[in-house]
Amino acid sequence: MVIRVKLFAAMREFTGSDSLDIALPPGATVAQLRRQLATQWPQTQALLMRSAIAVNHDFANNDQVLQATDEVAVIPPVSGG
Amino acid sequence: MFRLIREPIDYFTLTEAVRSPRCGAVVLFLGTVRELTGQQVTVFLDYEAYAPMAEKKLAEIEAEVRRRWPIGDMALVHRLGRLAVGEVSVAVAVSCPHRHEAFAAGQFAIDTLKELVPIWKKEIAPDGHGEWVHQSVSTCAPRSPAEEQR
Repeated sequence: MVIRVKLFAAMREFTGSDSLDIALPPGATVAQLRRQLATQWPQTQALLMRSAIAVNHDFANNDQVLQATDEVAVIPPVSGG
Repeated sequence: MFRLIREPIDYFTLTEAVRSPRCGAVVLFLGTVRELTGQQVTVFLDYEAYAPMAEKKLAEIEAEVRRRWPIGDMALVHRLGRLAVGEVSVAVAVSCPHRHEAFAAGQFAIDTLKELVPIWKKEIAPDGHGEWVHQSVSTCAPRSPAEEQR
């Protein structure tokens, strides 16, 4: 399956894109998505480790299983206010 | 009520909107663009949001505040886009029967907003150089406002 991952702030600038299509085996978890992102986009690694992953607008655990229809985003440390 | 907007925040109208005959206390918090962070001079802040998730988190914060305190009404408004020094980036207004609960509810709302809502700011220096602010400890694990005790 292919997961479209939304990117924001420095994560978007590191990759030059506001979303990335990441190929993962069916039943892949958030942890596998993190590893795949870090492998394909090594420049994001340091920030990725400090970032959360959101699935369908909620913060996700690393063991959460992804579906092809999920809306997935990398959430770097937030700085609103 | 919660909202992400691009226009200046009308905090007078916002404050009036939360007033209620059964509430003797109204607290308004404004976050404004600060010129100095340590020695670093900022001329603008550029704010961006993951809007659908930010709105969901703002709704959860409002629900949690209403569950924990006897709120008359409340408003959470965050501005997005480019803001100059001194402009209002965020406003929290709450009304309660008494002041202690109004202060507590307002403080919880702004603290939780800063912790959980996917909004980011980029500091623009006088030379035009920009730096995203990603210093906070990451929200790596799922959290809900109910688990935030600060």
